[in-house]
Amino acid sequence: MSNEWPLWEVFIRGQHGLNHRHVGSLHAPDAELAMRHARDVYTRRNEGVSIWVVPSSEITASAPSDKGPLFEPSNAKVYRHPTFYDIPDEVGHM
Amino acid sequence: MYAQMVKSEATNDDPEKLAAFQARIDAGEKIEPKDWMPEGYRKTLIRQIGQHAHSEIVGQLPEGNWITRAPTLERKAILLAKVQDEAGHGLYLYCAAETLGVSRDDLTEQLLSGRMKYSSIFNYPTLNWADIGAVGWLVDGAAIMNQVPLQRTSFGPYSRAMIRICKEESFHQRQGYDLIRVMAQGSDEQRAMAQDALNRFWYPSLMMFGPSDKDSVHSTQSMAWKIKINTNDELRQKFVDQTVPQAHYLGLTIPDEGLVWNEAKGGWDFSEPDWSEFYEVLKGNGPCNTDRMEARQKAWADGQWFRDGLMAHANKAAARRKAAKVAAE
Amino acid sequence: MAPAMSDIMTPDAAELAKDAPGEGRAPLAEGTAEHDLFIGLARLGDNTLILGHRVSEWCGHSPVLEEDIALANMALDLIGQTQLWLGLAGEVEGAGRDADALAFRRDAWDFRNILLVERPNGDFGQTLMRQFLFDAWHAPMLTALEGSSDDRIADIARKAGKEVAYHIERSADLVIRLGDGTEESRARMQTALDTLWPYVGEMFIGDVTDARLASAGIMPAPESLRSAWDASVDQVLAEATLTRPESTFAHKGGRQGRHTEHMGHLLAPMQWLQRAYPGARW
Repeated sequence: MSNEWPLWEVFIRGQHGLNHRHVGSLHAPDAELAMRHARDVYTRRNEGVSIWVVPSSEITASAPSDKGPLFEPSNAKVYRHPTFYDIPDEVGHM
Repeated sequence: MYAQMVKSEATNDDPEKLAAFQARIDAGEKIEPKDWMPEGYRKTLIRQIGQHAHSEIVGQLPEGNWITRAPTLERKAILLAKVQDEAGHGLYLYCAAETLGVSRDDLTEQLLSGRMKYSSIFNYPTLNWADIGAVGWLVDGAAIMNQVPLQRTSFGPYSRAMIRICKEESFHQRQGYDLIRVMAQGSDEQRAMAQDALNRFWYPSLMMFGPSDKDSVHSTQSMAWKIKINTNDELRQKFVDQTVPQAHYLGLTIPDEGLVWNEAKGGWDFSEPDWSEFYEVLKGNGPCNTDRMEARQKAWADGQWFRDGLMAHANKAAARRKAAKVAAE
Repeated sequence: MAPAMSDIMTPDAAELAKDAPGEGRAPLAEGTAEHDLFIGLARLGDNTLILGHRVSEWCGHSPVLEEDIALANMALDLIGQTQLWLGLAGEVEGAGRDADALAFRRDAWDFRNILLVERPNGDFGQTLMRQFLFDAWHAPMLTALEGSSDDRIADIARKAGKEVAYHIERSADLVIRLGDGTEESRARMQTALDTLWPYVGEMFIGDVTDARLASAGIMPAPESLRSAWDASVDQVLAEATLTRPESTFAHKGGRQGRHTEHMGHLLAPMQWLQRAYPGARW
């Protein structure tokens, strides 16, 4: 039987308060060690202030074939994007 | 390069699917792990990314050879941080390969049993302190030539790993040049060490790009799949053109009497490395092949009890938590 | 006939040595406050120097990539702390020696590290156990130093303390996990503990220099750290299902400059370039 440490996905929130972002993966026997490894591997250059680790096997991902139905509708809703609206130059930055 | 002479795998897939796949790549789309992909694409990538990852790990050894002998505390810290980065790069790349359905342990076993290769360059020894500069300047410099375009490779996880690696890699080349510059501008003995390092690492660095592949079918397929971006000759020429003036600045001599500026092509003409030596190194007959493999095998075998011990503890702890939960209910 | 000692140590030779720039002389008279401080700082900096060196020997050879990276981080912390402690030691000495001169151009008898940190790495279990036994001392030591009457020391201790808080968390946890892991990992950790145990006592044995530094409020008396160390080590060993050895025997001498045979072998490669090419810039 393979005794390989399970794979974990690592998410880090950087200095500027943005959302946690997926930065990569690593192997660890459990969550606590995954957290420590994430600190050692992915924050060597002061990249983050907060870390999440998730077992890769626990991630539910959208299937590639759903790409059309899932994302195209929002693609059509251009009115959600600020650049959809013309603001007269005289009004200035908005 | 870190992945040399990667053979592309033949593909026996449905021609329609293949055409659609190629169209996605041509349109600059990224292929993600769960997307349909030709079996040949998957296998070639596993081989290429795996070889790249192995090169990072084996590449720790020639530089690690000098960590305990670094001449100042600062140089020691820089070198240690650099070799540590190589471990990180290997880790990112193994993870990218794992998205293709192979485990890191599998890849490791294949390296240790000799079924998978790593770059020829790491079978050369680091004999004097200036070699550490030469490795950063020349070896990392050559690697960067290949890695920068690979940030645009078609496979998403590989591309993302390369982006992260390139960000860290520029420190490597610069520290190498800084080190060898201090040596080249130092005492007579230090200057001699710097020249000696250049003499020994020049041709092996040129070999890193692999033999000319302008007529290779593997190369054509890999380039169509965008898992190889430039030909070996293009990259080698670019490397020489970049490196010659850097050597001149140091007052060091490139060990090639055939090196002349070619005005017409706007680049340097240079002598080919001895390709028979290259093939010998790939066959296992480089100066350090045996030592490198022994070191990796020893680390892996000696570490087995540690990896197993931690896994066993994690399982025990999980079982205890479960039992406590059941008891509480 | 062999020359008598007095022939070798002619007054002229002593005079010459005095005039040599920077090195080869001890300008601080023993027993002075500056000399005490220099020794105290060398003890701190030599511990981190030698342990950092040992840990760095693993780079590229660890059992798993994640651990290789973690160990390198720790070695880098220790080397960084060395630069601060030995840098300050050189400043206090005032003889023009910087941290590099102290690290690379003193001989074994001038090093003041405890014997524990110069022990060879052994297997990975021994490396981790050595780290844990040291960290369990290092962390409270730095906490005490944060209250030093010398602000320069307190500043370094604050910076190093943050790093070492992580070291002890890591090493204690790994000792627990490997102690309570497989049969083999438990046996290896127990062997490591038994092997290293005779080297822990030295951390808590003070001499007159320590006593003077303690009474000046500069550094804690070594003895004062024992009970905290015992408590934390006992707790971790219990959780790790490891047995604390009963022996109280302690090898000592490192803090006074009397080392094991391993020290010379560690220094030989470490100092080689600086020794072979004196005066070179690197």
